[in-house]
Amino acid sequence: MAPIDEKDPQPLTSLERISRRVFLTRAGAAGVATATAAVAAPLSAQAQAPTAAAPTEAAAVPGAVPVTLKVNGSTHRVMVDPRATVLDTLRETLSLTGTKKGCDHGQCGACTVHLNGRRVNSCLLFATMHQNDEITTIEGIGTPEKLHPMQAAFVQEDGYQCGYCTSGQIMSAVALLKEPVGADDASVREALSGNICRCGAYPNIVAAVQAVRHMA
Amino acid sequence: MHTFELITPASVTEAVKAQAGSPTAQQGAPVRFIAGGTNLVDFMKLNVETPRQLVDINRLGLDRVEALPGGGVKIGALARNTDVAQHELIKARYPVLSEAILSGATVQLRNLATTGGNLLQKTRCVYYRDTAFACNKRNPGSGCPAIEGHNRMLAVLGTSEHCIATNPSDQNVALTALEATVHVTGAKGERAIPIAEFYVLPGATPERETVLAPGDLITHVTIPALPDGAKSVYLKLRDRASYEFALASAAIVTQVSGGRISFARVAMGGVGTVPWRSHEAEKALLGKAATRENFRAAAEAALHGAKPQTQNGFKVELAKRCVTHALTLATKQA
Ligand SMILES: Cc1cc2nc3c(=O)[nH]c(=O)nc-3n(C[C@H](O)[C@H](O)[C@H](O)COP(=O)(O)OP(=O)(O)OC[C@H]3O[C@@H](n4cnc5c(N)ncnc54)[C@H](O)[C@@H]3O)c2cc1C
Ligand code: SF4
Ligand code: FES
Ligand code: FES
Repeated sequence: MAPIDEKDPQPLTSLERISRRVFLTRAGAAGVATATAAVAAPLSAQAQAPTAAAPTEAAAVPGAVPVTLKVNGSTHRVMVDPRATVLDTLRETLSLTGTKKGCDHGQCGACTVHLNGRRVNSCLLFATMHQNDEITTIEGIGTPEKLHPMQAAFVQEDGYQCGYCTSGQIMSAVALLKEPVGADDASVREALSGNICRCGAYPNIVAAVQAVRHMA
Repeated sequence: MHTFELITPASVTEAVKAQAGSPTAQQGAPVRFIAGGTNLVDFMKLNVETPRQLVDINRLGLDRVEALPGGGVKIGALARNTDVAQHELIKARYPVLSEAILSGATVQLRNLATTGGNLLQKTRCVYYRDTAFACNKRNPGSGCPAIEGHNRMLAVLGTSEHCIATNPSDQNVALTALEATVHVTGAKGERAIPIAEFYVLPGATPERETVLAPGDLITHVTIPALPDGAKSVYLKLRDRASYEFALASAAIVTQVSGGRISFARVAMGGVGTVPWRSHEAEKALLGKAATRENFRAAAEAALHGAKPQTQNGFKVELAKRCVTHALTLATKQA
């Protein structure tokens, strides 16, 4: 599913995507081999089809609800499916794809963002429930020209391999600086246990976090 | 996930009213309160929970931790797990609760998770989570594949032929040892439910987990004062060092006077279908010297009558060692 999503030339609303996901799930249940061939044509046709309305227009998406989200200091008014999580809204409606989806069930930490300054799993938050909250994503803490010290430390210490978990790791690590965490490496590992790294870059991640803590 | 309507009541009364019309407050309730959402959203994504209405209780306040006259503490249902665990009152008076909460989940999850939501978190039984399988708890009368299947994580105490699922919470084990009271406002007014009466054994109706009725909103939890000089400890044994549910855990409150145990509360996690209080272990400890032999005897009493399944027999000995070691830790500090 992911590669198809990446190729989408048009921004889709979360509702359109969910209906495609449901379709793919059903097709998958019927048998992957036949499904792939059968699905490919209609899918790309759907993807190419002109997205008549901008995602912000109510009429375009049946059942969509208006949501105002404050992300990285900007206010966004968008229409989303009532089931849309903050994670899906960031990625699919606001095109802030720095925040990653790993498990979608609160188990991996790839989706970590700050909610009113505290780190949380954005895959477990319904967007409609967080309209008064300040959301900060990886895009909001630094820029390529002016990295956050934690971003710079991850580069310096090589705190990643594939990079998929990295934005979540960094958002956790930035929040950790203000939490009551012991000075030793073991305390950092415990505090970051909610961020899984399939590449096993853990030693370098801990080194990056400690480098920033020592700077302070 | 099924779609739903979100309502955001401004008062406890409105919240109670919103759920009171639901035919049940238990498995399958069509109207659900939502607090941190870390449990409910997970199960909604799995279609294990399919509420048509969500009642967002995050605007109700109910999030404070306060000292009570007489030395007890009141914890709001919406107090976040992080804030409870880090609260000075809790760390000073009830270290067992702080330790239990901090041993569960992750910082990100604890920042969202609430006291009330944690009290009602569902089992992690793999069949319960997967709608492709039968499960008496999710779909009453359909059967329990865990009894013949993957039951390594499941319970050895309080099971029935209908369900052997574990209550997975750490917080609730500490609250059980602390003899907490769960305060509820419902359609017929306020109730104070001792935690020992809050959870019900699965028996023939595993879909029913608590005594909560439609409309019942947990508003707060109170914990009574402990005897002077009492110490408390939480010990959790699991498959990895962090971020894993308990295989066995123990919450202990003890007071030792003149070398003898003058007060003892023993509760266990990871082994029971409900947070498991062991009066048997407490009786075995009272008046005895604080020795390893006596701790082991209490642990034997605690697991008396345990019923291992095909894969979780190891939990019986593990839980005994957990209780023994936790008692050693609790009395060493004294
Ligand atoms: C990956 C992962 C790992 C975890 N590991 C652990 C662990 O090791 N140990 C542990 O103990 N826990 C663990 N947890 C569980 C976590 O502690 C719970 O998800 C959390 O405590 C639930 O709180 P919540 O506020 O998010 O509940 P919600 O999801 O909001 O609600 C849960 C249930 O409680 C009901 N509810 C909530 N508040 C009230 C109220 N005030 N009155 C009446 N009903 C209410 C809701 O209707 C719902 O049915 C883990 C969770 C995840 C996702
Ligand atoms: S143990 Fe309980 S929750 Fe698990 S499959 Fe059996 S009935 Fe369902
Ligand atoms: S995607 Fe949210 S925790 Fe894995
Ligand atoms: S760098 Fe690949 S998952 Fe962490």
